[in-house]
Amino acid sequence: MAPSDDLLALYQQVILDHSRHPRNQGKLEGTGCLHARGHNPACGDEVDVWIQVGPQGQVEDIKFEGQGCAISQASASLMTLKLQGTSLDTARALLADFHALLSGQGQVQHEDALGELRALEGVQKFPQRLRCATLASKAVEQLLAASPAQHAIQEHPGSPSAL
Amino acid sequence: MPDLSHLRADFPILHQQVSGHPLVYLDSAASSQKPRQVIDALVRYYERDNANVHRGLHELSNRATAQFEAVRTQVARFLGAESPDEIIFTRGTTEGVNLIAQVWANHFLRAGDVILTTGMEHHSNLVPWQIAASRCGAVVKYVPVLDDGTLDLDAMQALMAEGDVKLLSCVHVSNSLGTINPVADICAWARARGIVTLVDGAQSVGHMPVDVRAIGADFYVFSGHKLCAPTGIGVLYGRRQLLATLPPWHGGGEMIDSVTLEGSTFKDAPARFEAGTPDIAGVIGLGAAMDYLETIGIDIIHQHGRELIHATMEKLSEVRGLRVLGPPLPAERATLAAFTIDGTHPHDLVEYANTKGIALRGGHHCTQPLMRRFQVPGTSRASFYFYNTHQEVDRLVEVLHQAVKFFS
Repeated sequence: MAPSDDLLALYQQVILDHSRHPRNQGKLEGTGCLHARGHNPACGDEVDVWIQVGPQGQVEDIKFEGQGCAISQASASLMTLKLQGTSLDTARALLADFHALLSGQGQVQHEDALGELRALEGVQKFPQRLRCATLASKAVEQLLAASPAQHAIQEHPGSPSAL
Repeated sequence: MPDLSHLRADFPILHQQVSGHPLVYLDSAASSQKPRQVIDALVRYYERDNANVHRGLHELSNRATAQFEAVRTQVARFLGAESPDEIIFTRGTTEGVNLIAQVWANHFLRAGDVILTTGMEHHSNLVPWQIAASRCGAVVKYVPVLDDGTLDLDAMQALMAEGDVKLLSCVHVSNSLGTINPVADICAWARARGIVTLVDGAQSVGHMPVDVRAIGADFYVFSGHKLCAPTGIGVLYGRRQLLATLPPWHGGGEMIDSVTLEGSTFKDAPARFEAGTPDIAGVIGLGAAMDYLETIGIDIIHQHGRELIHATMEKLSEVRGLRVLGPPLPAERATLAAFTIDGTHPHDLVEYANTKGIALRGGHHCTQPLMRRFQVPGTSRASFYFYNTHQEVDRLVEVLHQAVKFFS
Protein backbone atom coordinates (compact mmCIF):
# COMPACT_ATOMS: atom_id res chain seq x y z
CA MET A 1 0.00 0.00 0.00
CA ALA A 2 1.20 3.53 -0.79
CA PRO A 3 2.40 5.79 2.00
CA SER A 4 -0.23 8.24 3.23
CA ASP A 5 -0.39 11.86 2.09
CA ASP A 6 0.67 13.15 5.51
CA LEU A 7 3.67 10.87 5.47
CA LEU A 8 4.64 12.02 1.99
CA ALA A 9 4.26 15.62 3.15
CA LEU A 10 6.54 14.95 6.11
CA TYR A 11 9.12 12.98 4.17
CA GLN A 12 9.25 14.97 0.95
CA GLN A 13 11.73 13.80 -1.64
CA VAL A 14 14.08 16.67 -0.86
CA ILE A 15 14.14 15.63 2.82
CA LEU A 16 14.83 11.99 2.04
CA ASP A 17 17.54 13.12 -0.38
CA HIS A 18 19.25 15.33 2.21
CA SER A 19 19.00 12.68 4.92
CA ARG A 20 20.66 10.12 2.65
CA HIS A 21 23.21 12.57 1.25
CA PRO A 22 23.73 15.41 3.73
CA ARG A 23 25.45 18.51 2.34
CA ASN A 24 28.12 20.52 4.17
CA GLN A 25 29.03 17.68 6.46
CA GLY A 26 32.18 18.13 8.48
CA LYS A 27 33.88 20.26 11.04
CA LEU A 28 35.37 23.75 10.97
CA GLU A 29 38.24 24.83 13.15
CA GLY A 30 40.18 28.00 13.68
CA THR A 31 39.82 31.40 15.21
CA GLY A 32 36.56 33.21 14.71
CA CYS A 33 34.82 29.94 14.24
CA LEU A 34 31.53 29.63 16.10
CA HIS A 35 30.08 26.41 17.34
CA ALA A 36 26.50 25.51 18.23
CA ARG A 37 25.28 22.20 19.58
CA GLY A 38 21.76 20.88 19.56
CA HIS A 39 20.75 17.86 21.61
CA ASN A 40 17.35 16.36 22.15
CA PRO A 41 17.49 14.31 25.35
CA ALA A 42 14.12 12.77 24.57
CA CYS A 43 15.42 10.93 21.51
CA GLY A 44 19.19 11.33 21.67
CA ASP A 45 19.48 13.24 18.39
CA GLU A 46 22.57 15.41 18.21
CA VAL A 47 23.87 17.99 15.83
CA ASP A 48 26.96 20.20 15.91
CA VAL A 49 27.13 23.24 13.64
CA TRP A 50 30.26 25.29 12.94
CA ILE A 51 30.13 28.74 11.37
CA GLN A 52 33.13 30.62 10.07
CA VAL A 53 32.27 34.30 10.24
CA GLY A 54 33.82 36.33 7.40
CA PRO A 55 35.33 39.82 7.50
CA GLN A 56 32.00 41.47 6.61
CA GLY A 57 30.18 39.62 9.41
CA GLN A 58 28.76 37.09 6.99
CA VAL A 59 28.54 33.29 7.11
CA GLU A 60 31.70 32.52 5.20
CA ASP A 61 31.50 28.80 5.74
CA ILE A 62 29.15 26.50 7.59
CA LYS A 63 29.38 22.79 8.31
CA PHE A 64 27.59 20.29 10.49
CA GLU A 65 27.92 16.84 11.97
CA GLY A 66 25.26 14.86 13.71
CA GLN A 67 23.28 11.74 14.12
CA GLY A 68 19.58 11.36 14.33
CA CYS A 69 16.40 10.91 12.37
CA ALA A 70 15.90 11.85 8.72
CA ILE A 71 14.06 15.02 9.73
CA SER A 72 16.73 16.41 12.06
CA GLN A 73 19.62 15.62 9.73
CA ALA A 74 17.91 16.83 6.53
CA SER A 75 16.90 20.03 8.29
CA ALA A 76 20.49 20.67 9.35
CA SER A 77 21.74 20.00 5.84
CA LEU A 78 19.14 22.28 4.22
CA MET A 79 19.86 25.02 6.75
CA THR A 80 23.57 25.05 6.00
CA LEU A 81 22.83 25.52 2.29
CA LYS A 82 20.45 28.36 3.06
CA LEU A 83 22.75 30.21 5.47
CA GLN A 84 25.93 29.86 3.43
CA GLY A 85 27.08 33.35 2.45
CA THR A 86 24.31 35.31 4.15
CA SER A 87 24.92 38.13 6.62
CA LEU A 88 24.33 37.24 10.25
CA ASP A 89 21.32 39.55 10.32
CA THR A 90 19.83 37.77 7.33
CA ALA A 91 20.58 34.44 8.96
CA ARG A 92 18.70 35.52 12.09
CA ALA A 93 15.71 36.64 10.05
CA LEU A 94 15.65 33.41 8.03
CA LEU A 95 15.74 31.27 11.14
CA ALA A 96 12.99 33.32 12.81
CA ASP A 97 10.82 32.85 9.71
CA PHE A 98 11.66 29.14 9.55
CA HIS A 99 10.60 28.64 13.17
CA ALA A 100 7.44 30.69 12.72
CA LEU A 101 6.50 28.64 9.66
CA LEU A 102 7.02 25.26 11.34
CA SER A 103 5.43 26.09 14.68
CA GLY A 104 2.53 28.06 13.19
CA GLN A 105 3.29 30.75 15.77
CA GLY A 106 4.37 34.28 14.90
CA GLN A 107 4.59 36.07 11.59
CA VAL A 108 6.49 34.68 8.64
CA GLN A 109 8.02 37.74 6.98
CA HIS A 110 9.55 36.31 3.82
CA GLU A 111 8.36 32.79 3.23
CA ASP A 112 9.76 32.63 -0.30
CA ALA A 113 13.23 33.38 0.99
CA LEU A 114 13.19 30.09 2.90
CA GLY A 115 13.41 28.15 -0.34
CA GLU A 116 13.86 24.41 0.15
CA LEU A 117 13.63 24.77 3.93
CA ARG A 118 9.89 25.03 3.31
CA ALA A 119 9.96 21.28 2.68
CA LEU A 120 9.99 20.88 6.49
CA GLU A 121 6.56 22.51 6.70
CA GLY A 122 5.03 19.00 6.82
CA VAL A 123 5.94 18.69 10.51
CA GLN A 124 2.99 20.94 11.31
CA LYS A 125 0.86 17.78 11.27
CA PHE A 126 3.42 15.92 13.42
CA PRO A 127 3.90 18.25 16.41
CA GLN A 128 6.11 15.72 18.22
CA ARG A 129 8.62 16.05 15.37
CA LEU A 130 8.95 19.85 15.61
CA ARG A 131 11.99 19.49 17.85
CA CYS A 132 13.63 17.21 15.29
CA ALA A 133 13.00 19.67 12.47
CA THR A 134 14.42 22.60 14.44
CA LEU A 135 17.23 20.87 16.34
CA ALA A 136 20.05 22.49 14.33
CA SER A 137 18.27 25.75 13.54
CA LYS A 138 17.32 26.47 17.18
CA ALA A 139 20.90 25.86 18.26
CA VAL A 140 22.19 28.30 15.62
CA GLU A 141 19.48 30.84 16.44
CA GLN A 142 20.55 30.80 20.09
CA LEU A 143 24.18 31.15 19.12
CA LEU A 144 23.50 34.13 16.86
CA ALA A 145 21.27 35.77 19.45
CA ALA A 146 24.36 36.10 21.65
CA SER A 147 25.86 38.56 19.16
CA PRO A 148 28.40 36.03 17.98
CA ALA A 149 30.67 38.21 15.88
CA GLN A 150 31.58 40.32 18.90
CA HIS A 151 31.74 37.23 21.03
CA ALA A 152 34.30 35.72 18.71
CA ILE A 153 36.47 38.84 18.82
CA GLN A 154 36.48 38.89 22.58
CA GLU A 155 37.45 35.28 22.70
CA HIS A 156 40.36 35.80 20.38
CA PRO A 157 41.63 39.37 20.92
CA GLY A 158 44.15 40.55 18.39
CA SER A 159 43.40 37.77 15.99
CA PRO A 160 43.19 39.24 12.49
CA SER A 161 40.98 36.47 11.25
CA ALA A 162 38.34 37.04 13.93
CA LEU A 163 36.83 39.89 11.98
CA MET B 1 -0.27 -22.46 20.41
CA PRO B 2 -2.99 -21.25 22.75
CA ASP B 3 -5.50 -19.20 20.76
CA LEU B 4 -6.31 -16.19 22.90
CA SER B 5 -7.76 -14.00 20.15
CA HIS B 6 -11.24 -14.20 21.72
CA LEU B 7 -9.85 -12.13 24.62
CA ARG B 8 -9.49 -9.13 22.33
CA ALA B 9 -13.22 -8.62 22.76
CA ASP B 10 -12.48 -7.69 26.40
CA PHE B 11 -10.32 -4.72 25.33
CA PRO B 12 -12.46 -1.86 24.03
CA ILE B 13 -9.41 0.21 23.05
CA LEU B 14 -8.11 -2.37 20.58
CA HIS B 15 -11.13 -1.94 18.32
CA GLN B 16 -10.34 1.33 16.65
CA GLN B 17 -8.74 2.74 13.54
CA VAL B 18 -5.52 4.71 13.68
CA SER B 19 -4.44 6.65 10.61
CA GLY B 20 -7.22 4.85 8.73
CA HIS B 21 -5.95 1.37 9.63
CA PRO B 22 -6.95 -1.09 12.34
CA LEU B 23 -4.86 -0.37 15.44
CA VAL B 24 -1.99 -2.81 15.97
CA TYR B 25 -0.81 -2.11 19.51
CA LEU B 26 2.77 -3.31 19.95
CA ASP B 27 3.85 -1.18 22.90
CA SER B 28 2.73 -3.24 25.88
CA ALA B 29 6.21 -3.20 27.42
CA ALA B 30 5.64 0.53 27.92
CA SER B 31 2.06 0.06 29.13
CA SER B 32 -0.50 -2.66 28.63
CA GLN B 33 -4.10 -2.11 27.63
CA LYS B 34 -6.96 -2.61 30.10
CA PRO B 35 -9.78 -5.13 29.80
CA ARG B 36 -13.39 -4.21 30.40
CA GLN B 37 -13.24 -6.22 33.67
CA VAL B 38 -10.65 -3.84 35.13
CA ILE B 39 -12.39 -0.71 33.88
CA ASP B 40 -15.68 -2.01 35.34
CA ALA B 41 -14.02 -2.67 38.72
CA LEU B 42 -12.90 0.97 38.86
CA VAL B 43 -16.37 2.23 37.95
CA ARG B 44 -18.01 -0.12 40.45
CA TYR B 45 -15.71 1.07 43.22
CA TYR B 46 -16.36 4.74 42.53
CA GLU B 47 -20.11 4.24 42.03
CA ARG B 48 -20.73 2.00 45.05
CA ASP B 49 -17.90 1.71 47.56
CA ASN B 50 -15.73 4.84 47.43
CA ALA B 51 -14.46 5.90 50.88
CA ASN B 52 -11.16 6.21 52.68
CA VAL B 53 -9.63 3.02 53.99
CA HIS B 54 -8.62 1.98 57.50
CA ARG B 55 -10.27 4.91 59.25
CA GLY B 56 -14.03 4.95 59.03
CA LEU B 57 -16.37 2.75 60.93
CA HIS B 58 -19.10 3.30 58.40
CA GLU B 59 -20.29 0.83 55.80
CA LEU B 60 -18.55 2.33 52.77
CA SER B 61 -15.21 2.60 54.51
CA ASN B 62 -15.54 -0.98 55.69
CA ARG B 63 -16.24 -2.14 52.15
CA ALA B 64 -13.37 -0.15 50.68
CA THR B 65 -10.99 -1.41 53.37
CA ALA B 66 -12.05 -5.03 52.91
CA GLN B 67 -11.51 -4.86 49.13
CA PHE B 68 -8.22 -3.00 49.50
CA GLU B 69 -6.76 -5.49 51.97
CA ALA B 70 -8.12 -8.45 50.01
CA VAL B 71 -5.94 -7.34 47.11
CA ARG B 72 -2.88 -7.30 49.37
CA THR B 73 -3.57 -10.95 50.19
CA GLN B 74 -4.18 -11.66 46.52
CA VAL B 75 -0.85 -10.06 45.49
CA ALA B 76 0.98 -12.04 48.17
CA ARG B 77 -0.46 -15.25 46.74
CA PHE B 78 0.19 -14.11 43.12
CA LEU B 79 3.89 -13.57 43.94
CA GLY B 80 4.32 -16.53 46.26
CA ALA B 81 5.09 -14.26 49.24
CA GLU B 82 4.93 -15.68 52.74
CA SER B 83 2.55 -13.06 54.08
CA PRO B 84 0.42 -10.09 52.95
CA ASP B 85 2.52 -8.00 55.37
CA GLU B 86 5.32 -8.31 52.82
CA ILE B 87 3.30 -6.44 50.18
CA ILE B 88 3.70 -2.66 50.12
CA PHE B 89 1.64 -0.67 47.64
CA THR B 90 3.59 1.95 45.70
CA ARG B 91 3.01 4.12 42.67
CA GLY B 92 5.02 1.74 40.52
CA THR B 93 8.38 0.09 39.95
CA THR B 94 10.25 3.38 40.09
CA GLU B 95 8.83 4.27 43.49
CA GLY B 96 9.58 0.79 44.82
CA VAL B 97 13.25 1.07 43.85
CA ASN B 98 13.48 4.59 45.24
CA LEU B 99 11.91 3.53 48.52
CA ILE B 100 14.64 0.94 49.08
CA ALA B 101 17.37 3.18 47.66
CA GLN B 102 16.41 5.78 50.24
CA VAL B 103 15.23 3.87 53.31
CA TRP B 104 17.57 0.88 53.14
CA ALA B 105 20.53 2.85 51.82
CA ASN B 106 20.18 5.67 54.36
CA HIS B 107 20.11 3.14 57.14
CA PHE B 108 22.69 0.58 56.06
CA LEU B 109 24.97 2.04 53.40
CA ARG B 110 28.37 3.47 54.40
CA ALA B 111 31.21 5.19 52.57
CA GLY B 112 33.18 2.68 50.52
CA ASP B 113 30.32 0.18 50.29
CA VAL B 114 29.43 -1.10 46.83
CA ILE B 115 26.02 -1.31 45.21
CA LEU B 116 26.15 -3.79 42.37
CA THR B 117 23.78 -3.44 39.45
CA THR B 118 24.07 -4.17 35.72
CA GLY B 119 24.62 -2.49 32.39
CA MET B 120 21.14 -3.42 31.15
CA GLU B 121 19.09 -1.64 33.81
CA HIS B 122 16.27 0.77 33.14
CA HIS B 123 17.18 4.26 34.37
CA SER B 124 14.77 3.67 37.26
CA ASN B 125 17.07 0.96 38.59
CA LEU B 126 20.23 2.99 38.00
CA VAL B 127 19.66 6.59 38.96
CA PRO B 128 18.23 5.92 42.47
CA TRP B 129 21.41 3.96 43.33
CA GLN B 130 23.66 6.66 41.93
CA ILE B 131 21.85 9.20 44.10
CA ALA B 132 21.98 6.95 47.18
CA ALA B 133 25.69 6.24 46.66
CA SER B 134 26.61 9.87 46.16
CA ARG B 135 24.92 10.77 49.45
CA CYS B 136 27.16 8.59 51.58
CA GLY B 137 30.29 8.03 49.51
CA ALA B 138 29.35 4.53 48.39
CA VAL B 139 30.18 3.24 44.91
CA VAL B 140 27.93 1.83 42.18
CA LYS B 141 29.46 -0.92 40.06
CA TYR B 142 27.96 -2.46 36.95
CA VAL B 143 27.98 -6.02 35.68
CA PRO B 144 28.87 -5.88 31.96
CA VAL B 145 26.50 -7.00 29.23
CA LEU B 146 27.85 -9.50 26.69
CA ASP B 147 27.41 -9.18 22.93
CA ASP B 148 24.49 -11.64 22.93
CA GLY B 149 22.60 -9.43 25.37
CA THR B 150 23.12 -11.60 28.43
CA LEU B 151 24.88 -10.62 31.63
CA ASP B 152 28.52 -11.49 32.18
CA LEU B 153 27.73 -13.77 35.09
CA ASP B 154 31.40 -14.62 35.70
CA ALA B 155 32.15 -10.92 36.11
CA MET B 156 29.12 -10.62 38.38
CA GLN B 157 30.40 -13.35 40.70
CA ALA B 158 33.89 -11.87 40.66
CA LEU B 159 32.51 -8.47 41.64
CA MET B 160 30.50 -10.06 44.45
CA ALA B 161 33.64 -11.82 45.65
CA GLU B 162 35.49 -8.52 46.04
CA GLY B 163 33.71 -8.22 49.34
CA ASP B 164 32.33 -4.69 49.62
CA VAL B 165 29.03 -5.33 47.86
CA LYS B 166 26.14 -4.63 50.23
CA LEU B 167 23.24 -4.71 47.79
CA LEU B 168 22.66 -6.12 44.33
CA SER B 169 19.88 -4.76 42.17
CA CYS B 170 19.12 -6.51 38.91
CA VAL B 171 16.38 -6.55 36.30
CA HIS B 172 14.47 -9.80 35.83
CA VAL B 173 13.58 -9.16 32.16
CA SER B 174 15.34 -6.47 30.14
CA ASN B 175 12.95 -3.99 28.51
CA SER B 176 15.46 -3.31 25.70
CA LEU B 177 17.03 -6.72 25.07
CA GLY B 178 14.30 -9.16 26.04
CA THR B 179 16.90 -11.03 28.08
CA ILE B 180 15.53 -13.15 30.93
CA ASN B 181 18.15 -13.06 33.67
CA PRO B 182 18.74 -16.11 35.91
CA VAL B 183 17.64 -14.17 38.97
CA ALA B 184 17.28 -17.24 41.21
CA ASP B 185 20.95 -18.10 40.67
CA ILE B 186 21.97 -14.47 41.08
CA CYS B 187 20.04 -14.12 44.35
CA ALA B 188 21.53 -17.40 45.64
CA TRP B 189 25.08 -16.17 44.96
CA ALA B 190 24.27 -12.90 46.69
CA ARG B 191 22.63 -14.57 49.67
CA ALA B 192 25.69 -16.78 50.19
CA ARG B 193 27.71 -13.60 50.65
CA GLY B 194 25.17 -11.75 52.77
CA ILE B 195 24.32 -9.33 49.96
CA VAL B 196 20.81 -7.88 49.98
CA THR B 197 18.97 -8.32 46.65
CA LEU B 198 16.37 -6.32 44.76
CA VAL B 199 14.85 -7.59 41.53
CA ASP B 200 13.09 -5.28 39.07
CA GLY B 201 10.09 -7.23 37.83
CA ALA B 202 8.52 -4.54 35.65
CA GLN B 203 8.62 -6.74 32.52
CA SER B 204 8.13 -10.14 34.14
CA VAL B 205 5.13 -10.10 36.48
CA GLY B 206 1.96 -10.94 34.56
CA HIS B 207 3.98 -12.27 31.61
CA MET B 208 5.57 -15.34 33.16
CA PRO B 209 5.26 -17.23 36.44
CA VAL B 210 7.01 -15.28 39.21
CA ASP B 211 7.57 -16.73 42.67
CA VAL B 212 9.56 -14.41 44.90
CA ARG B 213 10.46 -17.12 47.38
CA ALA B 214 11.65 -19.48 44.64
CA ILE B 215 13.72 -16.60 43.25
CA GLY B 216 14.96 -15.79 46.73
CA ALA B 217 14.91 -12.02 46.31
CA ASP B 218 14.86 -9.80 49.39
CA PHE B 219 12.94 -7.14 47.49
CA TYR B 220 10.95 -7.49 44.28
CA VAL B 221 9.21 -4.56 42.56
CA PHE B 222 6.73 -4.18 39.71
CA SER B 223 4.12 -1.85 38.20
CA GLY B 224 0.47 -2.69 37.79
CA HIS B 225 -0.03 -0.89 34.50
CA LYS B 226 2.11 -3.36 32.57
CA LEU B 227 -0.24 -6.21 33.56
CA CYS B 228 -3.63 -4.74 32.70
CA ALA B 229 -4.04 -2.70 35.92
CA PRO B 230 -4.36 1.10 36.00
CA THR B 231 -1.35 3.41 35.97
CA GLY B 232 -0.18 4.75 39.32
CA ILE B 233 -0.24 1.52 41.26
CA GLY B 234 2.68 -0.79 41.92
CA VAL B 235 4.03 -3.24 44.46
CA LEU B 236 7.15 -3.56 46.54
CA TYR B 237 7.57 -7.03 47.96
CA GLY B 238 9.97 -7.13 50.90
CA ARG B 239 11.03 -10.15 52.91
CA ARG B 240 9.40 -9.74 56.32
CA GLN B 241 12.55 -10.08 58.41
CA LEU B 242 14.24 -7.40 56.34
CA LEU B 243 11.30 -4.97 56.33
CA ALA B 244 11.29 -5.18 60.12
CA THR B 245 14.79 -3.67 60.22
CA LEU B 246 13.88 -0.61 58.15
CA PRO B 247 12.88 2.82 59.44
CA PRO B 248 9.85 4.58 57.90
CA TRP B 249 10.01 6.42 54.60
CA HIS B 250 7.36 9.15 54.28
CA GLY B 251 5.80 10.37 57.49
CA GLY B 252 2.08 11.03 57.71
CA GLY B 253 -1.24 9.46 58.45
CA GLU B 254 -1.74 5.72 58.35
CA MET B 255 1.88 4.85 59.16
CA ILE B 256 1.91 5.95 62.81
CA ASP B 257 1.27 4.08 66.00
CA SER B 258 1.00 7.13 68.24
CA VAL B 259 1.88 10.78 67.79
CA THR B 260 2.76 13.30 70.49
CA LEU B 261 4.32 16.71 70.12
CA GLU B 262 7.51 15.23 71.49
CA GLY B 263 7.69 12.47 68.89
CA SER B 264 5.97 9.55 67.22
CA THR B 265 6.06 5.81 67.02
CA PHE B 266 5.31 3.86 63.89
CA LYS B 267 3.37 0.86 62.74
CA ASP B 268 5.08 -2.22 61.35
CA ALA B 269 5.23 -3.00 57.63
CA PRO B 270 3.37 -2.65 55.38
CA ALA B 271 1.58 0.35 56.96
CA ARG B 272 4.94 1.82 58.02
CA PHE B 273 5.72 2.46 54.35
CA GLU B 274 2.28 3.60 53.20
CA ALA B 275 1.81 7.12 54.57
CA GLY B 276 -1.26 9.00 53.43
CA THR B 277 -4.38 7.91 51.58
CA PRO B 278 -3.33 5.22 49.13
CA ASP B 279 -4.47 4.74 45.53
CA ILE B 280 -7.48 2.70 46.62
CA ALA B 281 -9.07 2.50 43.19
CA GLY B 282 -5.70 1.55 41.71
CA VAL B 283 -5.31 -1.28 44.19
CA ILE B 284 -8.81 -2.55 43.43
CA GLY B 285 -8.01 -2.29 39.71
CA LEU B 286 -4.82 -4.29 40.31
CA GLY B 287 -6.86 -6.96 42.03
CA ALA B 288 -9.27 -7.12 39.08
CA ALA B 289 -6.33 -7.34 36.67
CA MET B 290 -4.75 -10.23 38.58
CA ASP B 291 -8.12 -11.99 38.68
CA TYR B 292 -8.37 -11.54 34.93
CA LEU B 293 -4.86 -12.89 34.27
CA GLU B 294 -5.35 -15.87 36.58
CA THR B 295 -8.58 -16.74 34.81
CA ILE B 296 -6.61 -16.99 31.56
CA GLY B 297 -3.68 -18.64 33.34
CA ILE B 298 -0.19 -17.17 33.65
CA ASP B 299 1.26 -20.34 32.11
CA ILE B 300 -0.99 -19.94 29.07
CA ILE B 301 -0.02 -16.27 28.74
CA HIS B 302 3.64 -17.23 29.01
CA GLN B 303 3.32 -19.96 26.39
CA HIS B 304 1.46 -17.64 24.01
CA GLY B 305 4.15 -14.99 24.42
CA ARG B 306 6.98 -17.44 23.75
CA GLU B 307 5.41 -18.62 20.53
CA LEU B 308 4.61 -15.11 19.38
CA ILE B 309 8.14 -13.82 19.96
CA HIS B 310 9.60 -16.91 18.31
CA ALA B 311 7.55 -16.24 15.16
CA THR B 312 8.43 -12.55 15.35
CA MET B 313 12.16 -13.21 15.56
CA GLU B 314 12.04 -15.55 12.55
CA LYS B 315 10.07 -13.10 10.43
CA LEU B 316 12.14 -10.07 11.44
CA SER B 317 15.26 -11.85 10.20
CA GLU B 318 13.82 -11.57 6.66
CA VAL B 319 13.79 -7.75 6.75
CA ARG B 320 16.76 -6.24 4.95
CA GLY B 321 19.33 -4.60 7.26
CA LEU B 322 17.40 -5.44 10.41
CA ARG B 323 19.29 -6.45 13.55
CA VAL B 324 17.54 -7.48 16.77
CA LEU B 325 19.31 -6.65 20.03
CA GLY B 326 19.52 -9.29 22.71
CA PRO B 327 19.66 -13.08 22.75
CA PRO B 328 19.23 -14.71 19.32
CA LEU B 329 17.00 -17.76 18.81
CA PRO B 330 16.70 -20.35 20.11
CA ALA B 331 17.43 -18.67 23.45
CA GLU B 332 14.55 -17.89 25.75
CA ARG B 333 13.39 -14.33 25.22
CA ALA B 334 10.73 -12.11 26.66
CA THR B 335 7.90 -11.06 24.35
CA LEU B 336 9.61 -8.04 22.91
CA ALA B 337 12.07 -7.31 20.13
CA ALA B 338 14.08 -4.11 19.91
CA PHE B 339 15.87 -3.70 16.62
CA THR B 340 17.79 -1.38 14.32
CA ILE B 341 17.48 -1.15 10.55
CA ASP B 342 20.47 0.04 8.53
CA GLY B 343 19.92 3.51 7.13
CA THR B 344 16.61 4.06 8.91
CA HIS B 345 16.46 5.92 12.19
CA PRO B 346 14.08 4.49 14.83
CA HIS B 347 11.99 7.65 14.98
CA ASP B 348 11.41 7.68 11.25
CA LEU B 349 10.48 4.03 11.36
CA VAL B 350 8.08 4.47 14.28
CA GLU B 351 6.53 7.46 12.49
CA TYR B 352 6.08 5.41 9.36
CA ALA B 353 4.51 2.53 11.30
CA ASN B 354 2.16 4.93 13.05
CA THR B 355 0.74 6.05 9.72
CA LYS B 356 -0.12 2.38 9.16
CA GLY B 357 -1.89 2.08 12.52
CA ILE B 358 1.00 0.28 14.25
CA ALA B 359 2.07 1.50 17.69
CA LEU B 360 5.80 0.89 18.22
CA ARG B 361 8.23 2.52 20.60
CA GLY B 362 11.34 4.23 19.28
CA GLY B 363 14.28 5.66 21.18
CA HIS B 364 16.56 4.68 24.02
CA HIS B 365 13.84 3.02 26.15
CA CYS B 366 15.29 4.62 29.30
CA THR B 367 18.43 2.49 28.92
CA GLN B 368 20.96 5.01 27.60
CA PRO B 369 24.06 3.17 28.93
CA LEU B 370 22.88 0.04 27.13
CA MET B 371 22.42 1.95 23.86
CA ARG B 372 26.01 3.20 24.22
CA ARG B 373 27.16 -0.33 24.97
CA PHE B 374 25.71 -1.53 21.65
CA GLN B 375 26.71 1.69 19.85
CA VAL B 376 23.23 2.49 18.62
CA PRO B 377 21.48 5.86 19.03
CA GLY B 378 18.29 4.02 19.85
CA THR B 379 16.13 1.18 18.63
CA SER B 380 12.60 0.51 17.46
CA ARG B 381 10.75 -1.88 19.73
CA ALA B 382 7.76 -4.12 19.20
CA SER B 383 6.42 -5.58 22.43
CA PHE B 384 3.55 -8.00 22.79
CA TYR B 385 0.98 -9.22 25.26
CA PHE B 386 -1.54 -12.02 25.17
CA TYR B 387 -4.02 -9.92 23.16
CA ASN B 388 -1.62 -9.70 20.23
CA THR B 389 -1.96 -12.13 17.33
CA HIS B 390 0.15 -13.75 14.63
CA GLN B 391 -1.74 -11.66 12.09
CA GLU B 392 -0.42 -8.56 13.83
CA VAL B 393 3.13 -9.88 13.62
CA ASP B 394 2.62 -10.43 9.88
CA ARG B 395 1.27 -6.90 9.52
CA LEU B 396 4.29 -5.50 11.37
CA VAL B 397 6.73 -7.32 9.12
CA GLU B 398 4.83 -6.23 6.00
CA VAL B 399 5.03 -2.58 7.08
CA LEU B 400 8.72 -2.89 7.98
CA HIS B 401 9.43 -4.12 4.45
CA GLN B 402 7.56 -1.09 3.10
CA ALA B 403 9.44 1.27 5.41
CA VAL B 404 12.83 -0.08 4.33
CA LYS B 405 11.85 0.55 0.73
CA PHE B 406 10.59 4.05 1.55
CA PHE B 407 13.65 5.26 3.47
CA SER B 408 16.48 3.56 1.56
